[in-house]
Amino acid sequence: MKATLRRRAVVRTLLAERGDLLVVAGLGSAAWDCTAAGDSALTFPLWGAMGVATMTGLGLALAQPKRRVLVITGDGEMLMGLGTLATVAVQRPGNLAIAVIDNERYGETGMQATHTAHGVDLAAVARGCGFGDARVVWRGSGLKAACRALRVGAGPVLVQFKVVAEKLPLSLPPREGALLKSRFRRALLGPGADTE
Amino acid sequence: MSAADWPHQVYRVLKTAGVRLVGYVPDAGHKRLIELCHADAALRTVVLSTEEEGIGLAAGAWLGGMRTALLMQSSGVGNCINVLGMVRECRFPLLMLVTMRGEFGEFNPWQVPMGQATPAVLEAMGAVVQTVAAANEVAPALNAAARLAFDSYAAVAVLIAQRVIGIKSFQEQAAR
Repeated sequence: MKATLRRRAVVRTLLAERGDLLVVAGLGSAAWDCTAAGDSALTFPLWGAMGVATMTGLGLALAQPKRRVLVITGDGEMLMGLGTLATVAVQRPGNLAIAVIDNERYGETGMQATHTAHGVDLAAVARGCGFGDARVVWRGSGLKAACRALRVGAGPVLVQFKVVAEKLPLSLPPREGALLKSRFRRALLGPGADTE
Repeated sequence: MSAADWPHQVYRVLKTAGVRLVGYVPDAGHKRLIELCHADAALRTVVLSTEEEGIGLAAGAWLGGMRTALLMQSSGVGNCINVLGMVRECRFPLLMLVTMRGEFGEFNPWQVPMGQATPAVLEAMGAVVQTVAAANEVAPALNAAARLAFDSYAAVAVLIAQRVIGIKSFQEQAAR
């Protein structure tokens, strides 16, 4: 099957009217997609730490059980931390959702094929780990229901969006890690976060 | 309380420091502390598939306002190297309690290279390293490390020397 979804449109849909949603963005194109949809203090974009985006989301979800946490990451980043799906599934965080923007490529390094280009099914891995809802979305017709599952479905939820492999203009969030951390905590926890 | 019950003292230090989430990859030297953590319903205790997951867990929890601690063996320190870069760049507090192998009467030669490299690797990635060589020093060192981590936003690793753990053979390890 050939992918038809466009990654920027998918992420824009996921983040539309985001309300009090907390977002962790995996490094590279997924983080640029989130920034293109609108930079937010309540998005924590990773510029490194490849393989632990979902774990960062899990820590946040466990610390903030009343808030919805959405991890938006790429297939390469997810493949580097497949074991994190097992760790997440064992914890059963009802408020954690993972969106994998799967272009079947390492987008920042020359568009080399990832394992998903050869049939590795991340949603099946997630189901095998114990996710109650893990699915692959190929068409725009599945977008609305998938978005709803990610925003309000019983977690942990994983949706693997098959998207067109395309090089897009960079849309970069702030780079400084300490700033990204502090603005996130201030927005979530209030000014007291600075003096904790 | 005897010095031999340092795991219970460490557990009390974690509670007093406000730690509410503990991540770990098991080690025989951490067995009792892990059991104490799991027995505490007010403490979320998360088993990891690899130690680097714990760094992400700690970072995310701090973003959400929660204090964490990570328990691992020295071999696991090597699994954390790249993601420790996030801790340094973002100035996340990080409290690690590491049981040492490969450095005092080790019986498994494959433990020696990482055990010997553990302090240098942690320091190279910007962590403060504090080694304790006696059971009665573990809890006070962890108490100071917790303050350094959470009050001064530092990554701190307390290394518990292998002589404190005291395992001398495969047979003894298996019997625990």
